[in-house]
Amino acid sequence: MLGNLIRDKGREGRRGYTLPRPDVKSVSLEKVLPKGALRKEKPKLAEVDEPTVVRHYTNLSRQNWGIDTNFYPLGSCTMKHNPRANEAAANTPGFAGLHPLQSESQAQGALQVMHELQGFLSEVSGFPAVSLQPLAGAQGELTSILMVKKFFEDAGDDARTTVLVPSTAHGTNPATATMAGFGSKEIGLDEHGCVDVEELREMVDETTAALMITNPNTCGVYERNMVEIAEVLHEAGAFLYMDGANMNANLGRMRPADKGVDVMHFNLHKTFSTPHGGGGPGSGAIACSEALAPFRPDPVAEKSGDGYAFVRPDKSIGRVAGFHGNFGQVLRAWNYIKMHGPELRDVTDMAVLNANYIRARLRGTYRIPYDELCKHEVVVQPPKGKKALDVAKGLIDHGYHPPTIYFPLVVKEAMLIEPTETESKETLDDFIGTMLELAESTSEELEEAPVSAPTRRLDEARAARKLKARW
Amino acid sequence: MARFTPHTEDDVREMLEAIGVETLDDLFSDVSPKFEGELNLPPALSEYEALSDVNRLASKNVAGLPMFLGAGAYDRITPSSIGAIISRGEFLTSYTPYQPEISQGTLQTIFEFQSVISELTGLEISNASVYDGASAVAEAALMTARQTKREPKVAVSPGLNPRYREVIETYRVDIVELSYNDGTTDFSEVPDDVSGVFVQSPNYYGIVEDVEAAAEAAHRVGALCVAVCDPISLAVLEGPGNLGADVAVGEAQPLGMPLLFGGPYAGYMATRQEFVRQLPGRICGETVDTEGKLAYVLTLRAREQDIRRARANSNICTNQALTALVATVYSSLMGPEGLREVAELSISKAHYLAERLQEAGFRLRYPDAPFLWEFAVELPDVSRANQALLENGMVGGLDLGDGAMLVAVTEKRTREELDAFVEVVSNAG
Ligand SMILES: Cc1ncc(COP(=O)(O)O)c(C=O)c1O
Repeated sequence: MLGNLIRDKGREGRRGYTLPRPDVKSVSLEKVLPKGALRKEKPKLAEVDEPTVVRHYTNLSRQNWGIDTNFYPLGSCTMKHNPRANEAAANTPGFAGLHPLQSESQAQGALQVMHELQGFLSEVSGFPAVSLQPLAGAQGELTSILMVKKFFEDAGDDARTTVLVPSTAHGTNPATATMAGFGSKEIGLDEHGCVDVEELREMVDETTAALMITNPNTCGVYERNMVEIAEVLHEAGAFLYMDGANMNANLGRMRPADKGVDVMHFNLHKTFSTPHGGGGPGSGAIACSEALAPFRPDPVAEKSGDGYAFVRPDKSIGRVAGFHGNFGQVLRAWNYIKMHGPELRDVTDMAVLNANYIRARLRGTYRIPYDELCKHEVVVQPPKGKKALDVAKGLIDHGYHPPTIYFPLVVKEAMLIEPTETESKETLDDFIGTMLELAESTSEELEEAPVSAPTRRLDEARAARKLKARW
Repeated sequence: MARFTPHTEDDVREMLEAIGVETLDDLFSDVSPKFEGELNLPPALSEYEALSDVNRLASKNVAGLPMFLGAGAYDRITPSSIGAIISRGEFLTSYTPYQPEISQGTLQTIFEFQSVISELTGLEISNASVYDGASAVAEAALMTARQTKREPKVAVSPGLNPRYREVIETYRVDIVELSYNDGTTDFSEVPDDVSGVFVQSPNYYGIVEDVEAAAEAAHRVGALCVAVCDPISLAVLEGPGNLGADVAVGEAQPLGMPLLFGGPYAGYMATRQEFVRQLPGRICGETVDTEGKLAYVLTLRAREQDIRRARANSNICTNQALTALVATVYSSLMGPEGLREVAELSISKAHYLAERLQEAGFRLRYPDAPFLWEFAVELPDVSRANQALLENGMVGGLDLGDGAMLVAVTEKRTREELDAFVEVVSNAG
């Protein structure tokens, strides 16, 4: 049977691309390279023509849903419209053809973009210092916590062994603490789903290096005790780090530095709409206080005379990326912010309005564990007896990408809905109507779903049991 | 109202009413004190104005000239079909395929990416990508420690890209430096407490190293051998898995990604089946749906941060799906013969340039070492040579800071450009 992989569609000898003719004498590999180093068998790659390649991947794309094709309220991910102007910016030849090791004088335009974005992120967060180097949110977390680690090493304080992480935290937070060489302890919640300040007071001591807080937290609830939390940590000489994945709820409304946060990361791919690309590339820029600024990754862009230069912060943790970060995403985020200016606050306002509207309209049918003002997303639970998984698959048959399910872990059968600001009231009304309708469906009906997607439900256990991860 | 929000005044009023609050400010009554006043950002620009600024700044960069810089990022030919495919909104605007029924496009392309990497490296299992070559190397260093249950400490050659080495150190792994003679690494004296031995081939100076010797040295002391390879080189060089390496990592940028001032690129990472549980990042596997139809899904998820949290084998979540797709489409268009041709053209042109430079009286730093498309040449004054090259419309190689220039030659360079390079460098004295 003819398989469906690109390699199955080829035939030995077919070619999908033509290269320029050689204009120098061909070198014999056997002459210039050691015999043992040469490849004995050619790799089994596809041998296909260009039309087949284009058709193959175009058809694969049609088995995918994206923001462009469907409402995609995936909580914690900020699936907002991706402006194509950002793509145009990143494809500009003057940037696309720029080598990362060209001298600073040959890359002044790129350095200016970096310097300006550093300034924009400073303004939005309230912090004096920024680094654009981390390559995704999780690497921004790691960078931040490594900076904290280096701060204590520099201060000769070797007692700081623990990082506190709320039970609502994204999995990357505790995993980051481990990677940075800390032990982590989980901290519980109060009745609003927020960090329990009393428990925090008991847990914080001279071994505490930092608390990793997410605000708004992963239940979509604003951590209203953040100022007090920061005080508790600072009194003990520890730092407050903020996971900024949810910054779409804060633009122009809350600046982490004003609340006592010491260091944070942004997810440029979420808040500033550099596309998510099916799972990256992202960018995890960080911002921090004066005290932590010397520890930022090497290098940062700074003003120098009439132009810009790369500078190594004097106590830098070193580099976290091969070059200067995911510059293409930096350029996109810069362009996005330039198209918004102070109107970024409207972005946040409409994101929060949309989430609260969904909360208000699902109330009564769906259970809402923290039924108070939410920020840019809301966590709900299906009616008793129904599973989040089944409702999610039911949504697919109605043309909606499901919300994030089973996260945060502290809410049973969680469905985390993040509509973003770029969706209209009509879209939300239709989605809400479908959610209400699914609440009425029988469990048997839902268990069949999806029936109209490119595949039915998958046998995930089999994939692990009979691992096959290549052709 | 902001640029991409569809809300009319009536929408806002009706929605506030449904929520039961009066004003937008009321939605932030829990944020206290809140940020008052306006963000101090330049006023919003229209798309046309914003893109005019992009073009204005782009023109302050020196781009589009014949490029002789490499050192980890290469100026290669990128087929036009790639841009068309990755611009498809279904690929561009989706996220991690947590809902496999509506993400088969992304999942199958990951499966194909893994297959390409496995084929090139000669190793059984590849992940769905990591951030870049440098972080792939650092993740591999941590992986060797987990697998061997030793403290993270790795033996590396001075031929390892210094930026990769820096990221290993940032990731809190200790480094032991091996000795380096005439362009290649001496693996005969590896300390017996290291978790990994790293060999980069071609190395930072473009030279082909003995991966087999590195693997033997690693295994002698119970460590893993990690090979760091340019994927294009694997069209002509033996896959490191077939030479005894346990892990292969590297930078996938040469497979069709633009230079773009350093990223986004994509790191690749492959290993032997027996080490799969220590492999970080996502893995896509084959399965069937309830009707028996072949399909793809993320698998072996219990290694990952969202399930295992503090005990996960890495914190990586978002990776480089779209640039991994670039690499996949590139290798499909090229096929094994096209990739080989890219490698051979680059090698022939690089050797042509090296010979012409030697004829002109310059010395290669490692004249007897086997190299592919990058080499270090000694010049009386590297920065003066680079200045002269720029004045003549070329971007010269990397100044190694010790009297040598690291020169990279890809299939893009023409004989005319190579001859001009020699002439300008000779005249620069
Ligand atoms: C709350 C939160 N923190 C951190 C992350 C990690 O970000 P990234 O996936 O870019 O590494 C995510 C998203 O995935 C998130 O939702």
